[in-house]
Amino acid sequence: MKKTPLYEKHVSLGAKMIEFGGWMMPLQYTGILEEHEAVRQRAGLFDVSHMGEVMIRGRGATEFIQKLITNDISGMREFRVLYSPMCYPDGGTVDDLLVYKFDAERYLLVVNAANIQKDVQWIESHKPHDVEVEDLSEQYAQLALQGPKSQEVLQKIADIPLDSVKFFRFADGVSIAGVSALLSRTGYTGEDGFEIYVPADRALKVWEAIMDAGEEFHVMPAGLGARDTLRLEAALPLYDHELSPDISPLEAGLDRFVRLDKADFIGREALLKQKEGGISRKLVGLEMIDKGIPRQGYEVQVKGRNIGYITSGSFSPTLKKNIALALIDVSYAAQSSHVDVIVRNKALKAEVVKIPFYAKQYKK
Amino acid sequence: MKVKVIKGLRYSKEHEWVKVDGNRAIIGITDYAQDSLGDIVFVDLPEVGRNVQVGDAVAVVESVKAASDVYSPVSGTVVEVNTALEASPELINQDPYENWILILEMSDPGELDALMDAESYERFCEEEE
Repeated sequence: MKKTPLYEKHVSLGAKMIEFGGWMMPLQYTGILEEHEAVRQRAGLFDVSHMGEVMIRGRGATEFIQKLITNDISGMREFRVLYSPMCYPDGGTVDDLLVYKFDAERYLLVVNAANIQKDVQWIESHKPHDVEVEDLSEQYAQLALQGPKSQEVLQKIADIPLDSVKFFRFADGVSIAGVSALLSRTGYTGEDGFEIYVPADRALKVWEAIMDAGEEFHVMPAGLGARDTLRLEAALPLYDHELSPDISPLEAGLDRFVRLDKADFIGREALLKQKEGGISRKLVGLEMIDKGIPRQGYEVQVKGRNIGYITSGSFSPTLKKNIALALIDVSYAAQSSHVDVIVRNKALKAEVVKIPFYAKQYKK
Repeated sequence: MKVKVIKGLRYSKEHEWVKVDGNRAIIGITDYAQDSLGDIVFVDLPEVGRNVQVGDAVAVVESVKAASDVYSPVSGTVVEVNTALEASPELINQDPYENWILILEMSDPGELDALMDAESYERFCEEEE
């Protein structure tokens, strides 16, 4: 089991540690509800050092990434960040990732923890001779400061005006409490916030400096539990839930990140066919009408017939309702259709609602 | 972590407690259980009148993260459920011993002998850590 450079810190803070994607990670410190609320109201600090960082370098870097991912980086400017799925030839999803562009010959891909090895192998296996692929996951630690007070907190210890780092942009070599960091205005909570990449051995210093700077704003450390409820409310996909080798980005409703009009890429033919022929199942939001909490894997039915399953579900701390994302037969996917979720052999009524459940509060 | 254990109650290995009142068994989950679950957001209570055998899943306590069965520590008939938990499931986090889940009319009080007393349960929790 791998440990992040902040493992000891989490333990000393009394965090409940769990295994996630091969890593020991903090599930919660004081409680998921409290941490969730801190992020929505003020700010929360997450250790997300389990995420993978893969550097792609060389003359053919732009063209190579264009071939790997479904989104289009051809018009991308330097120091921008772009979200994209990465697909198999059959349209199933290898992973979803962030692309950081330094210049046309240097990009950093940020990938999901559980997929690092698989992704690196996948990327290596398609790599042309004029591109180098380097897995930097062990060298980087990543912190995410998320919530409306993030900028105010971070500004106290950053050496550049953070207003200049706009949504889905980044700056490199920013000094955060004297530590040189890569800083992007990105996140996975539906709030404004930053993701901060620092050398693994400096992570503790940056963590402590942010917590000190955040004290007056009551910034709290937040764990994976809150990260999951926050991203679910914002309807942000989680790999192995809403995306998988069996689920295409079109089925997951990520059409705007699948650019079928760009030059060829892996999975294009299959995805084009899906787009033209129409998908048979679709990711929808559900809100429970009956009392009960939908969980991943629960069956969704209409009149006793299986029409799909829950990909993620939880009590929503912000909305105080039980919500879920579900992959269901497209003929039942219209808003305000009623479906049944099978909870412990009972059919509980739910309604198809628009997603995201929580309107994202990005600072654009 | 130091968990709260109350003298005079009986305890199961699945972290339920039983308070015996004549032939009735008042049942809840322990401090250890609520602490491991985290924030409780839903309690699925059984129907009054239901017959349960020892070890049956008689209720479900759900935290933000997961659903967890409550196993009946004794056999009997459900005679009362704590409906206050429907609106305020977090009461269990606040005081798991005050906020019971259900009451059974026991069919075999002899089953109580298989449960632990407070001291044994405290040791049991320490070993679980």
